[in-house]
Amino acid sequence: MAGITAVGAYIPIMRLKRSAILEAHGWYNGALKGHAKGERAFGSWDEDTITMAVEAARDCLVDVDRNVVSTVSLASTTAPNADRQNSGIIKEALNLSDEVASLDNSGGQRAGTSALIQALNSTEGTGQSTLCIASERRKARPASEAEMTSGDAAAALLIGRDEPLARFIGSHSVTADFVDHFRSSDAAFDYDWESRWIREEGYGKLAAGAVEAALKKCAIEPSSIDHFILAAPGRGNADLVAKKVGIKIEAIADSLMATVGYAGAAHPLLMLVHAIERSKAGQTILLVGFGQGCDVLLFEVTDKINHRVRNAGVSGSLLRRRDETNYMKFLSFNQLIELDRGMRAEIVQKQPLTALYRNRKAVFGLVGGRCTRTGTIQYPKTDISVDRQDPAVGTQEDYPLAERSAHVVSFTSDSLAYSPDPPTYYGMIEFDGGGRMMAEIVDVAPEDVEVGVALKMVFRIKGVDEIRDFKRYFWKAVPIVNQGENHA
Amino acid sequence: MPKGIKDRVAILGMGCAKFGERWDMDADQLMVEAYLEAKSDAGIETSQIDAAWFSVAMDPINVGPGGLSMAMALRLNNIGVTKVENFCASGTEAFRGAVYAVASGACDIAIALGVEKLKDTGYGGLPARTRGTLHDMTSVAGSAPGQFAQLAAAYRAVHNVSRDDLKRAMAHISVKSHDNGLKNPKAHLQKKIDIETVLNAPIIADPLGLYDCCGVSDGAACAIVTTPEIARALGKTDIVTVKALQMSVSNGWELQGSGWNGSYFHTTRIAAKRAYEEAGISNPREELSLMEVHDCFSVTELVTMEDLGVSPEGGAIRDVLDGFFDNDGAIPCQIDGGLKCFGHPVGASGIRMIYENYLQLLGRAGDRQRQKPPVLGLTHNLGAAPNQNVSAISIVGLYDG
Repeated sequence: MAGITAVGAYIPIMRLKRSAILEAHGWYNGALKGHAKGERAFGSWDEDTITMAVEAARDCLVDVDRNVVSTVSLASTTAPNADRQNSGIIKEALNLSDEVASLDNSGGQRAGTSALIQALNSTEGTGQSTLCIASERRKARPASEAEMTSGDAAAALLIGRDEPLARFIGSHSVTADFVDHFRSSDAAFDYDWESRWIREEGYGKLAAGAVEAALKKCAIEPSSIDHFILAAPGRGNADLVAKKVGIKIEAIADSLMATVGYAGAAHPLLMLVHAIERSKAGQTILLVGFGQGCDVLLFEVTDKINHRVRNAGVSGSLLRRRDETNYMKFLSFNQLIELDRGMRAEIVQKQPLTALYRNRKAVFGLVGGRCTRTGTIQYPKTDISVDRQDPAVGTQEDYPLAERSAHVVSFTSDSLAYSPDPPTYYGMIEFDGGGRMMAEIVDVAPEDVEVGVALKMVFRIKGVDEIRDFKRYFWKAVPIVNQGENHA
Repeated sequence: MPKGIKDRVAILGMGCAKFGERWDMDADQLMVEAYLEAKSDAGIETSQIDAAWFSVAMDPINVGPGGLSMAMALRLNNIGVTKVENFCASGTEAFRGAVYAVASGACDIAIALGVEKLKDTGYGGLPARTRGTLHDMTSVAGSAPGQFAQLAAAYRAVHNVSRDDLKRAMAHISVKSHDNGLKNPKAHLQKKIDIETVLNAPIIADPLGLYDCCGVSDGAACAIVTTPEIARALGKTDIVTVKALQMSVSNGWELQGSGWNGSYFHTTRIAAKRAYEEAGISNPREELSLMEVHDCFSVTELVTMEDLGVSPEGGAIRDVLDGFFDNDGAIPCQIDGGLKCFGHPVGASGIRMIYENYLQLLGRAGDRQRQKPPVLGLTHNLGAAPNQNVSAISIVGLYDG
């Protein structure tokens, strides 16, 4: 019986007050006022679809033996690479075995739900688990409605046959080239058509029809749906479909528009993770993915939900937040404005690909070494141990450090070295259990860092070779602050 | 235990270019300026030099690779020129090569010259350097002040010192070096400052402010060495000899092992112990007359006082505030202004430090001459960062053989 066995999510810590966007653009586009409530999540300069996907996947796998993952997939319309597998980088960052399959899904807003259907059907047949990740970081033109309504986020679901939290009942898909918006391969921004047409013809007919067909196919009464998930940036679309089909209004899931914003192809999965977190055993979930047609999926929550591991998920990620009212920072982190960088930014960022492949475990996986003779743990792994009493040769086994907590030994905030987000916090950190490294400390409020402060590792962009358009990824540290503690 | 080189090598002559923003000069001309002073001081001809060691830390903006540029600038007599680089300790590394060559008997007269032309970068501070492919993939691309500022955070945690108390002691160090630099015509910075200016300066890397950081400069320094016997035969009466020359290089323990608390220099402690043994010094606090240390940042100078065994552990703040290291204190430190004010043309700095001790020992330091005649002068030349570094110590003194 295939289903969802684990869920996770990631939402960047910064939340831009939509009123800050209005403040910047109200003079130009007064219509933005209607959207200026709440906040939207946005990633830092060093986050992209891949790094967010890695964080959502780590959250999903908190209590999972990673050896069960046989396929890792990424759904996104904003993955950084057109011809270099994005899910392959995620696989390395998760330190999964080389003996896994991986695939990227793209091409439209249904990329996430379509990947989910494929994974569920495949698992039903093979029994092998797929890690389904969806991640999105969409650019929107300054002063556009999409700038207000979009948000950056990622969700991850582990699809398997053993003891699922939610059992897959069935799905139904329709495909029609209904172009509510589009973005060509080389374009930075979407081009949108009129929202009234999208609501009436798209959601009102296409989506409602697909939902009705799915319910009929699975022999489920619309009124028995407990969680109705229809991800759409426009307001009122979910209500319209629910009303048309006969789904209870109170079953309509939180759109996350007030707190996160619309995360494109990741949004249906993000809402699904959120709904599962809040669901009870026996409840029915209906998930709609919309874009050039419609995917409809039906799930039944099992009693395993009562023993779900307490990871961050969507609920925890919503609490881990920091107010941001500086619209210019948002523009800069989204490469929508070019700030002066000074000569210190002119450092060579070219990545020798030979060395990257040789060292992929150490760099992407943060795998260090543990001496099998003395137990000394170090990063990186070396031929001769760093242990002063016993510099043993060739004794080290792989020792992954990414999931280990750490603490600050020494640190500074550097205002001299170039950073898109100055000052750069960094310092020597020591992993609990052993092993040290010099690490950047990010997502920091100044009062967060002191000697001894607890840290967790996060996968981030280390630098960008802009000449060749190549991103370098590595691990950084973030202070562990209590969830629920708001940085106002 | 090797017998060491105490009193086996004498300094025949030294020279030092004016440090600063030498907009009018290339590295070649800076080399010539330092060399001509040293040659004249030594009283020899170029043809008498048997071998050369040449230090530069920042190749790409200086002289490029190899020993050619020194040989050509000074028109050396087709002798061997060995170019060395060991971060900011490169100058002492070149001196070590020349001294060891003489001590071994392979050469009668050898020359060490360090040069750096930094003011062609277009910005202040040191240029960003790469440490090789793997290092660049996993290390933090921070700045030098950012690396050394971490000493302060760790020192505060280890010794339970408030930020304000530490800042005040650091400020005293910088004010003292500015006072000293004022008396040095070759110094890059010759300007008096007060404590409040230091404390209120913009932060570069917390808690280091602008005046906690040394400037980077253009400059060159040169030493010509020989045996005491040859020095005497060449007519020298007051002879300064090398009493100790030691270097310690991190093997990764501080950064990758466990146990280092981040508040001190592991290598400096090792190099100092070896140097005192080589020189026969049992109590450095009582026996040293002068110190020229690697004050790239005020906090570096502070913790180095403890690493050299001059201040007790956790006691440097008190010694600093008591004026122990001021120019009229028990052991003046940076009597020439130090890196802070004399300047820091990286490849030259180690030799510049020895140059000052040499002048002071011979009573030739002009307005800044230490009142009480000095007997032993120590230099401490440090490269890279607190968590992984090169620490080089020399002790020179008057020859009584």
